[in-house]
Amino acid sequence: MLITCPYCGPRDVIEFTYQGDGNRERPQPNSQDLDAWNAYVYDRLNPAGDHNEIWQHSGGCRTHLRMVRNTVTHEISSTSFARGDHNAAARHKAGGKS
Amino acid sequence: MAEYSALSLLTNALKGNQDWKPAWRKPDPKASYDVIIIGGGGHGLSTAYYLAKEHGITNVAVLEKGWLGSGNVGRNTTAVRSNYLLPSNTRFYEHSMKMWENLSHDLNYNVMFSQRGCLNLAHTPAQFDDYARRGNAMRHLGVDAELMSTAEIKRLVPALDVSASARFPIVGGLMQPRAGTARHDAVAWGYARGADRRGVDIIENCEVTGFLRDGDRITGVQTTRGEIRGKKVAVAVAGSTGRVMQLAGVDRMPIESHVLQAFVTESLKPFIDTVLTFGMGHFYMSQSDKGGLVYGGDIDGYNSYAQRGNLPIVDEVMSEMLALFPGLARVRMLRSWGGVCDMSMDGSPIITTGPLPGMYLNCGWCYGGFKATPASGWCFAYTIAKDEPHDFNAPFTLDRFYRGLVIDDKGQGATPRLH
Repeated sequence: MLITCPYCGPRDVIEFTYQGDGNRERPQPNSQDLDAWNAYVYDRLNPAGDHNEIWQHSGGCRTHLRMVRNTVTHEISSTSFARGDHNAAARHKAGGKS
Repeated sequence: MAEYSALSLLTNALKGNQDWKPAWRKPDPKASYDVIIIGGGGHGLSTAYYLAKEHGITNVAVLEKGWLGSGNVGRNTTAVRSNYLLPSNTRFYEHSMKMWENLSHDLNYNVMFSQRGCLNLAHTPAQFDDYARRGNAMRHLGVDAELMSTAEIKRLVPALDVSASARFPIVGGLMQPRAGTARHDAVAWGYARGADRRGVDIIENCEVTGFLRDGDRITGVQTTRGEIRGKKVAVAVAGSTGRVMQLAGVDRMPIESHVLQAFVTESLKPFIDTVLTFGMGHFYMSQSDKGGLVYGGDIDGYNSYAQRGNLPIVDEVMSEMLALFPGLARVRMLRSWGGVCDMSMDGSPIITTGPLPGMYLNCGWCYGGFKATPASGWCFAYTIAKDEPHDFNAPFTLDRFYRGLVIDDKGQGATPRLH
């Protein structure tokens, strides 16, 4: 699978770290809405078809990307910077499998 | 007389094998059933079998969108073990192990269960200590576990590189002697025949396309072969859980579907007579009765329903195999394939009533569904029949994530790709 990073161009999937479902809403840090926190931590959209997801180009420019990828064909229909999207930045975790 | 016995084999051989009945009928769906099970994989079929056998509920349909054995029950690497750390997992999988030990007899169908042991290799003293802890936790609950020294491992698996110059030197291992492998197709066929003979309708090429509802309550399913009503509708569709639950209007679940690849080499002479796992990555291997090495590693790591994977994992798995067995470098790989795993948020399964009235849910098997097949069906049948979980599956609820009761054997957190 090739992912076209808007900054680096087409690169092998091995350079990227998957950060999962891009539809989740992180509650404000001081939120006491337990349902919202539970939904953020545990619930995922898991469609067979186009999936809105976050990746990080961890083996390249390290930018977070928002992508629409088809989970049946693996075809990527859009890639953009997730910059300005506080959900993506807050979700970043060091380490893990690329 | 049992259907398959020495006598029946002999008499049928003398009569030219003309009198064997098909292992299961091909019935058309009836208008309604007491229980509809969506998913004709190992878990769906064993659920139907135990509903009929243990609870006398025989007005049951198993709906399979393809043919029996086309999903994960025919795609796994056939390992059976119960070497878990946390008590709720250990009890459940040990119940499964005990059922495996009597399964061929119970089904009158040879599932070729071979208790050849499962050895986890440790590559650092800290990992060896961790295995000792897990072994103690297992023995505490009556499960067999033995620590092995490098010398003992060398005797058991002579082909293994146990030298100090190996890329990841082996310092010991944890062996579960009662673990092993089974022939996965036979498990599906044996359960299918056992359920069919007790009156269960197994309906292949019947894809569920929607749910029938009465208010909130699920009252049946729409399928490619017409509407079927059911007093109880059970979902056991593994990797397709997201798809099927979406049809019921449940969009968000604590599940992600990921693709897991598996590989088989050309046939070799007897090479390894145990199930072996690598401790410095994710790799497991056994040898089939035909001689092929059956092995696999990590999931690809992103959501996928494709039943085929990408090359980076192929590369990773091969390099892990060669780190353990440099001598396999020139062995050719015959086949590789992918199956879709329902990765849960804590790596443990879900067997529960709900989440909608009239519905029952069995999912979240991650990598581990095959070995759970007997206990999963047994517990799910109990849950469907009694409308409450058995003690063995009581911890495997859907709401455990929201109540702080996660069962995270690996301690990995809510990141399904890392379980």
